[in-house]
Amino acid sequence: MAKLNVNGRVVEVQAEDDTPLLWVIREQLGMTGTKYGCGVAQCGACTVHLDGVATRSCALPLSAVTEAQKIVTIEGLSPNNDHPLQKAWVALDVPQCGYCQSGMLMAAAALLAENPKPSEADIRGTVTNICRCGTYNRVLAGIQQAAGTNATSPGARG
Amino acid sequence: MNAIAKLSRRGFLSVSAVAGAFTLGIRAPMAQGQNIAAAGAATPEVNAWVVIKPDDTVVIRIARSEMGQGTLTGLAQLVAEELDCDWAKVTTEYPTPGQNLARSRVWGDFSTGGSRGIRESNEYVRKGGAAARMMLVQAAATGWNVPVSECKAAASVVTHQPSGRTMRYGQLAEAAAKLTPPTDIPLRNPAEWHLAGKPVPRLDTIAKTNGSQVYGIDLTMPGMLNASIRDCPVFGGKVKSFDAAAALARPGVRKVVQVGDSALAVVAETWWQANSALDALSIVWDEGPNASLSSETIAAMLTEGLGAAEAFIGNKAGDARAALGRAAKTVEAVYNFPFQNHATMEPMNATAIWKADRCEVWCPTQNGEASLAACAEAAGLRPQQCEVHKVHLGGGFGRRGWQDYVRQAVAIAKEMPGTPVKLVWSREEDMLHGRYHPITACKLTAGLDAEGRLEALHMRISGQSIIAGIAPQMLQGGVDSRVFQGLAQGGAEGAFGYGIPNLLIDHAMRNTHVPPGFWRGVNVNQNAVYLECFIDEVALAAGKDPLEFRRAMLRGAPKHLAVLNAVAEKGGWGTPAPAGRHRGLAAIMGYGSYVAACAEVSVAADGEVTVHRIVAATDPGHAVNPQQIAAQIEGSFAYGLTAALHGEITIKGGRVEQENFDTYPMMRLAEMPAVESIVMPSGGFWGGVGEPTIAVAAPAVLNAVFAATGKRVRSLPLKAADLKT
Repeated sequence: MAKLNVNGRVVEVQAEDDTPLLWVIREQLGMTGTKYGCGVAQCGACTVHLDGVATRSCALPLSAVTEAQKIVTIEGLSPNNDHPLQKAWVALDVPQCGYCQSGMLMAAAALLAENPKPSEADIRGTVTNICRCGTYNRVLAGIQQAAGTNATSPGARG
Repeated sequence: MNAIAKLSRRGFLSVSAVAGAFTLGIRAPMAQGQNIAAAGAATPEVNAWVVIKPDDTVVIRIARSEMGQGTLTGLAQLVAEELDCDWAKVTTEYPTPGQNLARSRVWGDFSTGGSRGIRESNEYVRKGGAAARMMLVQAAATGWNVPVSECKAAASVVTHQPSGRTMRYGQLAEAAAKLTPPTDIPLRNPAEWHLAGKPVPRLDTIAKTNGSQVYGIDLTMPGMLNASIRDCPVFGGKVKSFDAAAALARPGVRKVVQVGDSALAVVAETWWQANSALDALSIVWDEGPNASLSSETIAAMLTEGLGAAEAFIGNKAGDARAALGRAAKTVEAVYNFPFQNHATMEPMNATAIWKADRCEVWCPTQNGEASLAACAEAAGLRPQQCEVHKVHLGGGFGRRGWQDYVRQAVAIAKEMPGTPVKLVWSREEDMLHGRYHPITACKLTAGLDAEGRLEALHMRISGQSIIAGIAPQMLQGGVDSRVFQGLAQGGAEGAFGYGIPNLLIDHAMRNTHVPPGFWRGVNVNQNAVYLECFIDEVALAAGKDPLEFRRAMLRGAPKHLAVLNAVAEKGGWGTPAPAGRHRGLAAIMGYGSYVAACAEVSVAADGEVTVHRIVAATDPGHAVNPQQIAAQIEGSFAYGLTAALHGEITIKGGRVEQENFDTYPMMRLAEMPAVESIVMPSGGFWGGVGEPTIAVAAPAVLNAVFAATGKRVRSLPLKAADLKT
């Protein structure tokens, strides 16, 4: 029995030690907003915050996480869907299929927490998640809108 | 489920047609009339497309699948446009394939592919909305005992204009539902649209920003078990032996199931337990007859086809061979386009419950009716004993028209009667068992006259036919006409635009053991690369500007010309590009739409290519939601440039070599160019928008790379080319 601190609550989970945190969140805790995409920390669909740091949970075994570490999933990003990024995502119609967007939002939120006014290069270099629908330009514009740095229209590239 | 009891013989026949509909591309006619009573619906429907609740909530039924392309919102806009309802009160729902079967296909075709979702259903969904509005107005007029002509509907309210009396749709729906549906249903001229044609926000965004959108992979139900599967990695191979006991000894594992003769599944309490236990099976494969095939053997077969004496003719004018013989100058080049995997972000999955007399499946699918047919087949039951519940798709791109994962899920569930089983493929399984973009090569030969005019062109395509791979019965005299997408002799789907007096486009069909499928853009992708890059090569040989060279040959193709001119103008063709940047053009017709792109790239001394800017134009005839069309254009460049820059599935020992995103890399935000969309609907026709622009992504960039380096990349992906200076 392991204890985890997820979205501000301490929960007990029963899973084999080598189970990736992703699958503990999805299957033991029943929170399915965090997605499986590759299992090898390539695509970022499984991104959560671990003590505020964007972390790919598909490659992090349960045994490597302690109760002292604060895990935040997409379900815990904001109480009322009102994180500035979520508002920008809605305003710009960012998602298409939407599958990668939980991870995108969590990666972007960690970036803004660390760097509230990121440059375009900061964003391009930090948000490395894969989106097959190709929402990248709206992701970029959404982050800039949330950060209040958007001089450019969706799709712009310096 | 409630529909099953009402099944008619006609319904049974229509599902038989459905089973073939996906593979055959035949559309059985939909039922006439839309007033078939909904069995047991809590709220009466006004007609099959529209349900209005007492609180004025409008539920619009959507037959096509939403997989990110925005069809759900666009189709709802078309119904709501004619319904004259309050858009703020619109919600949507999917009817099930079983209900469609039981109601004589009242919702028509569920298949979602070929950029057909809106263009092929626009008329009957608009009529559904218009008929419902006419019935609501009639109900109000009857209630007031006034002529219909004195009543007007707007924003879910019917007003009797002389008296000012009003009734809300929610008050009228029950009476309207009892009326005889109209048979003469006039539709609004698109020029008069007030909701369709507008860039309204998508209806499905909020759930996609907080993790609450449920995809197939997210389903849970009481008592559900989870399965992971491993199919023989060598196409055509079989299971030889395995150690079931070792897998069963692992935590949580409940069962090991052999699926067909080529795959093994583990069923466990959690998916992670099931997937982890696959290794413990220590499967030994009989790799079968294809184990010695490789990318090299396939390339040799394609090369042979480039010079073969016999080929299927797809487009012909004049006498190309004779004209090439007398040309003042000839140009020749060979291009290649490799296999690609769809790589949807959500891997294939389906959840099934099998009982002796009933089977239900929940799945993300691009063709709910084909899923129902696959379910019935795998369940050993009649379609009327089965049901499919469509779940939101985490990407489709053509992959989820193929029903292999549905059959597998049902086959596994059949071994555990009454227990819901969710089958989820690992990414590795998804990479190794795709339905791949076909591999082809093309040899192009051009003949110029003394003035540098293109007098003759021969395009010899050699390679795989998708139709031969998935539905050989659909070949016409052996010909797969879809190989010539974008190169056809006229027609509304993908006509060749250039006026060339002597033209021969032919196909030496050379099929591989690698299973092909429809991959976003399908054959327009490689055909646009072959044609549009080679046209640049010929322009250079003629000493002409690539834009002017194209313009001269597009005099008889004004819509092709218009999109080309639009990107040239906005892209700044003929004016200096920013320092270090170079431009390239491409234009083609596909999926009934006209598309063009102007790319702006730079190539560093070390050969690294940066795509800075894309200007893309599309003329889809009618534009239902311009901002969603723009989103599709932006996205198609990510998809198309991923293939152009990085994408290549290679074969060794009969199997796919790439197993995950570390060896099958994707374009990410760092590489994404700015995309400036020009949506320029010229009216009078309905073209698709999900796929066409993808085709101009690669050739526009390759032409710009040539402008930057003087090096002509004829083999994709670009990452394999040496562009160092």
